[in-house]
Amino acid sequence: MPNLRFTEKALSDWMRGQGNDSDIVISSRVRVARNLQHLPFPLLANPEQLEEVLERLTDIPNQEELQSLGTFYMIKMNEIDSLDKKVLVEKHLISPNLASESPNGAVILNEDESVSIMINEEDHLRIQCLYPGFQVRDAWDRATSIDDVFENHVDYAFDDRRGYLTSCPTNVGTGLRASVMMHLPALVMTQQINRILSAVSQVGLTVRGIYGEGSEALGNLFQISNQITLGQTENEIIDNLHSVVLQMIEHEKNARQHLLDESRVRMTDRVKRSYGILSYAEVMDSKEAAQRLSDLRLGIDLGIIEGPSIAVMNELNVMTQPGFLQKTYGHDSNVEDRDMCRAKLIRETLAIS
Amino acid sequence: MLCQECGKRPATLHFTKIVNGEKTEFHFCESCAREKGEMIPGTSGGFSIHSLLSGLLDIETMGKNATGATKASQTLRCEECGMTYSQFSKIGRFGCSSCYKYFDDRLDPLFKRVHGSLVHVGKVPKRGGGRIQVKRKIDDLKQELQQRIQQEEFEEAAELRDQIRNLEKEISGQ
Ligand SMILES: [Zn+2]
Ligand SMILES: [Zn+2]
Repeated sequence: MPNLRFTEKALSDWMRGQGNDSDIVISSRVRVARNLQHLPFPLLANPEQLEEVLERLTDIPNQEELQSLGTFYMIKMNEIDSLDKKVLVEKHLISPNLASESPNGAVILNEDESVSIMINEEDHLRIQCLYPGFQVRDAWDRATSIDDVFENHVDYAFDDRRGYLTSCPTNVGTGLRASVMMHLPALVMTQQINRILSAVSQVGLTVRGIYGEGSEALGNLFQISNQITLGQTENEIIDNLHSVVLQMIEHEKNARQHLLDESRVRMTDRVKRSYGILSYAEVMDSKEAAQRLSDLRLGIDLGIIEGPSIAVMNELNVMTQPGFLQKTYGHDSNVEDRDMCRAKLIRETLAIS
Repeated sequence: MLCQECGKRPATLHFTKIVNGEKTEFHFCESCAREKGEMIPGTSGGFSIHSLLSGLLDIETMGKNATGATKASQTLRCEECGMTYSQFSKIGRFGCSSCYKYFDDRLDPLFKRVHGSLVHVGKVPKRGGGRIQVKRKIDDLKQELQQRIQQEEFEEAAELRDQIRNLEKEISGQ
């Protein structure tokens, strides 16, 4: 029986913890890509080879050593239905790619869902560690120690010159992608966001919107991550991301203060309006929900209103995604039903928080 | 397969010349092929490297000229997984770890563009990466040695020198 505990709750337990600067940095994530020697990458591997990858990565001694770092559960992609996969994607526990392209894929999750180990995604092994708030260094420390566990039992594809060999040339070297999810409403409102995002891209980092289509950032949520994986040490990559994010936090804080100083009444009106609509609306699409939830979160951060806790806000971000709504309200809901369900879910959640 | 000219780099251009029914094969790396002028030796039709590289020639027209030449990017392939370089450049994914070796000639510009560097300096696996770890340790010790000498701390410097020698023995013996 596949383990279904991971798709029942919207909020991973790790997200209930508090991190540094968690009013602006929602979460930190580190992903490490590795491949096994002498087996083609999943792109060209046949089912038997993929099975061999899975076996070698999950053999007994490996599992035992892994369990010493916590309790881990494995979910094979061919054992769960597409809706459960969708929910795991919305919780950022697996990639869309693993969900849709990898029938021989699997994910190993720990109890609080802060560690997600994907097998047979684009690479044989992808270790992902998530932390609440701004804790990208801690996320790396944990990811590298899990990497060591696997490395005790398997031979990685590694080259003296090119480092860890990955399927995509953009991951070669360290195989490391470190990222933080930031809530930047004041930089968006004061129209500084584009200038800052283009400055960020000048220093080897990439920015993309979260949950939105393409580059559109729904709910003012942005993901900042390193672009370069070759020619820098892991510590340099983490430090670079860290210092840029610190500066962005500073800019966002200044912009928030500026908004309060210059237009406190308008800000308060906007936040309370959104709170009112979230509390009473009967129909709400995902775009409006994201924007209103962003307003509410900002209002709570600024002390304009005493709303629900940040944990509840994080939970709502995930709960209002299409897959999770479908999971909560049944399989055959159409868009309009879903918008009604979304409004209901938000109303009820805010009423008890 | 190595380049028949320099014998160092892998051959990425493969030609078969047929004159009066006699077949001769050529295998060059890209830089040697370039150095030989823009022409492939012995081709009376004057096929330039650039037209070969840009895929202007197909096998059929070659046959008519009684000369079989195949475009490098189409036949440059990983012997391990079978992926060709042109497939790689289309999908942007390697097929296996050996692709890195077979396509090595072409990868520097790509990595330069994506990463701004060519060489890994980060984490090394404990197993299989022992040699490179020792090499890096030696580099660190050598730097420290220079500092000690500058600060005239000769006792410490002598110790470091011995350590370096031992490590160098270790990797040359491997
Ligand atoms: Zn040559
Ligand atoms: Zn290959």
